[in-house]
Amino acid sequence: MTLDVPEGSLTALLGPSGGGKSTLLRVVAGLETPDNGSIEIDGRDVTGLPARERGIGFCFQHYAPFRHLSVRRNVAFGLEVRRRPKAEIRRRVDELLELVHIEHLAERYPSQLSGGQRQRMALARALAIEPTVLLLDEPFGALDAQVREELRSWLRDLHEQISVTTLLVTHDQDEAMEVADQLAVINEGRLEQVGAPTDLYDRPASDFVLRFLGPVTELDGVAVRPHDLALHREPVPGGRRALVQRITHLGFEVRVDLDVEGAGAAWAQLTRPDVGVLGLTEGERVWVSHSASAQQRRRGGLRDVASLSVS
Amino acid sequence: MPRRIRRMAARLAGPGLAVTYLSLLVLLPLAAVLSSAFSSGPGAFWQAVSQPEAVAALRLTLLCSLAVAAVNSVLGLVIAWMLVRDDFPGIKVVGALIDLPFALPTIVAGLTLLSLYGPNSPFGVNVAGTPAGILLALAFVTLPFAVRSVQPVLAELDRETEEAAATLGASPAGVVRRVVLPSIAPALLAGAGLAFARAVGEFGSVVLISGNLPFHTEVASSWIYSLSQSGDLSAAAAVSVVLVLIALFVLVGIGLVRRRFGVAESV
Amino acid sequence: MTARSRWPVRVVALSYLALLIVVPVGSVFYRAFAHGFVAAWVAITTPDALHALWLTLVVALIAVPLNTVFGVGVALILARHRFRGAWLLDALIDIPLAVSPVVVGLALVLAYGQTGWFGRPLAAAGITVIYAVPGIVMASAVVSLPYVVRSVLPVLLEIGTDQEEAAATLGAGPAAVFSRVTLPSIRRGLAYGVTLTTARVLGEFGAVVVVSGNITGKTQTMTLFISNSVENLNSTAAYAGAVLLALLALFVLAVMSAEKKERGPRWRSRSDRSQSDSEPHLLLTG
Repeated sequence: MTLDVPEGSLTALLGPSGGGKSTLLRVVAGLETPDNGSIEIDGRDVTGLPARERGIGFCFQHYAPFRHLSVRRNVAFGLEVRRRPKAEIRRRVDELLELVHIEHLAERYPSQLSGGQRQRMALARALAIEPTVLLLDEPFGALDAQVREELRSWLRDLHEQISVTTLLVTHDQDEAMEVADQLAVINEGRLEQVGAPTDLYDRPASDFVLRFLGPVTELDGVAVRPHDLALHREPVPGGRRALVQRITHLGFEVRVDLDVEGAGAAWAQLTRPDVGVLGLTEGERVWVSHSASAQQRRRGGLRDVASLSVS
Repeated sequence: MPRRIRRMAARLAGPGLAVTYLSLLVLLPLAAVLSSAFSSGPGAFWQAVSQPEAVAALRLTLLCSLAVAAVNSVLGLVIAWMLVRDDFPGIKVVGALIDLPFALPTIVAGLTLLSLYGPNSPFGVNVAGTPAGILLALAFVTLPFAVRSVQPVLAELDRETEEAAATLGASPAGVVRRVVLPSIAPALLAGAGLAFARAVGEFGSVVLISGNLPFHTEVASSWIYSLSQSGDLSAAAAVSVVLVLIALFVLVGIGLVRRRFGVAESV
Repeated sequence: MTARSRWPVRVVALSYLALLIVVPVGSVFYRAFAHGFVAAWVAITTPDALHALWLTLVVALIAVPLNTVFGVGVALILARHRFRGAWLLDALIDIPLAVSPVVVGLALVLAYGQTGWFGRPLAAAGITVIYAVPGIVMASAVVSLPYVVRSVLPVLLEIGTDQEEAAATLGAGPAAVFSRVTLPSIRRGLAYGVTLTTARVLGEFGAVVVVSGNITGKTQTMTLFISNSVENLNSTAAYAGAVLLALLALFVLAVMSAEKKERGPRWRSRSDRSQSDSEPHLLLTG
């Protein structure tokens, strides 16, 4: 497969756990050797190069902090092994700590930091060597929900600020949709589809992409987004008769479970006002149809390709 | 492909060096023992291990090792129980003391026991030159195995299952017999095996207190030593082969018990 | 434990420990100084005693670094590389623990002695191994072989490869990864292993007595000096030497219990990645 990561973009590799995303990221980093294929960074073939010569910044899923070094020495590590002058290292580390908002923690050790703070330290450490590409392996996977939300928007802002080409791996489609400007869906080692998040959501190239990126229900054996189903009190062309089995209020959203005549169970996602206008109650008969916008979706083919370049 | 060859050479250099070091120090010498034991044919080997003094030494060694493994399993369990369940000032020091026989050179251990239970015993207990002296020395050096094998298992024992047994009507002795002992049995067995294997080869702590009287207090390692001193190296090698096989047999057995019951590693 | 069962357990456990360990070890200290501190000092500073002490230190200074390099190397190989036969290497490391020290000595004599496998080529090269210092060094190295591996390997498995990989992505070469990341991370385990190795080397008797020839003033180490003094009925010298080694053992004991408190016990082999920790079991003396 070929994956082009445009310069300055934030691309997310999205897919279920065990689908080969992390392996792909480690291959790009040079931590694992590919059986075949090639990796280019900035037009330079780096396939045979060891990790240390690739000029990449890698953030590990569990951050891999150097436990025996302070936050400052962690961030300075890449510069120290490059034997940069002490004064320069100091200045650069101060800048980075400020950039990720942990300047007050410089003398602490990793064991004294929270998960979010470690994440920030790992980012600063990876950025210190001014990498051509930043690689993030499940950057928010090990954090609790609230910190995750916070760090997501922070990462988005940070990326706008420093605009380094970034490739991140995640299994969380919400996270990918929110953070990335390009999505690459990977399943069982295969690249399913690449594109802008809204493109993939609205025009999935395969059933897998459709199912992975959002909620799905089936009508007449065709998978559709439940919010693309419309309910009607009167018969409509192409509509099917259905029995309202259960109405579940989830805040603004309302889930309506249906028993469609001759097609079995399905569910529709409506809004509270929709339900109010229809005046739906459980046990009623209604008509269900695809909404107009859903008709044009579902096209495009798989992009099957054979090398990976990061430019 | 010079790069590929270089990479392969680099990958093999480490294991190669390690195996060379191991071979020079351990594997070749042990192979030399095996070869020497059978250098004059299996008949000579059999003669060396079946002559009366060798048989007596091996029998004494095995009996003493078995007895010590049994005694230390029981008392080691009692000590481990105290260390895990009891609390009193100084119990940490007692816990650390268990490892003293590990840290103390064996010859010092032997001298230690000789000074207290030898001819000049302040208690008037003189076991020097008797099998009791051997038992004492072996008990000293193997105690840590017995304690340290069961201690972690006892510590991890789920107290709630014991309490559950008690609420179901089991007496304190019944709780120990029906709940505690079955869960620590593999560890207890492993500890006994380790103690036995160590005791079988023990030399330094035994040599001073046993007196090395042939047919009476001469253990197998002493017999091997005296054979090697008198220049009968192939007979010494033959007895060594038997001794090593016994120890290996027991250690492999412990490995199997561990694998079967998932007892934590302790050697 | 119920209050009723507490006292019998205490009495049995503590009296066994007292009779077997505490009182005997204490009595050695008492006997060493029975004729005064001066007598003990004189006994331990005779030329023969000093030579034994010096030889013991020389042997330790050679055998311990050798086993340290070997131990760290093997631990790295077992923890960081996958290759066929790894299990065999892992198992072979522990062989010295299963073999009687006397047999270790005999094995070295049969391999490197005058009539041994390599006797002739060694003699031709003018190298004497058995009944000389090289033999003592080898015997000490064999019996203390597993300790560094067994102390370092679990730490390497525990810390994983994340930090080393992070260092590599940050531009560190293999040497820098080792010196800046791996070595600092295994520092404590390594110190523990080196302490155990040193203790075992200084205290070895059975293997050394077979290969050394026990020649006073020439190939006599501290433990041989003690056993000779007992045979020569020079009890003050024997007890004084024993006190010296016992003090060393107490230091080792302090390191052992500090290590256990700090990081939890460890003594695991390669196959135990998933198993829970257990107390270390060290066949430390021979």
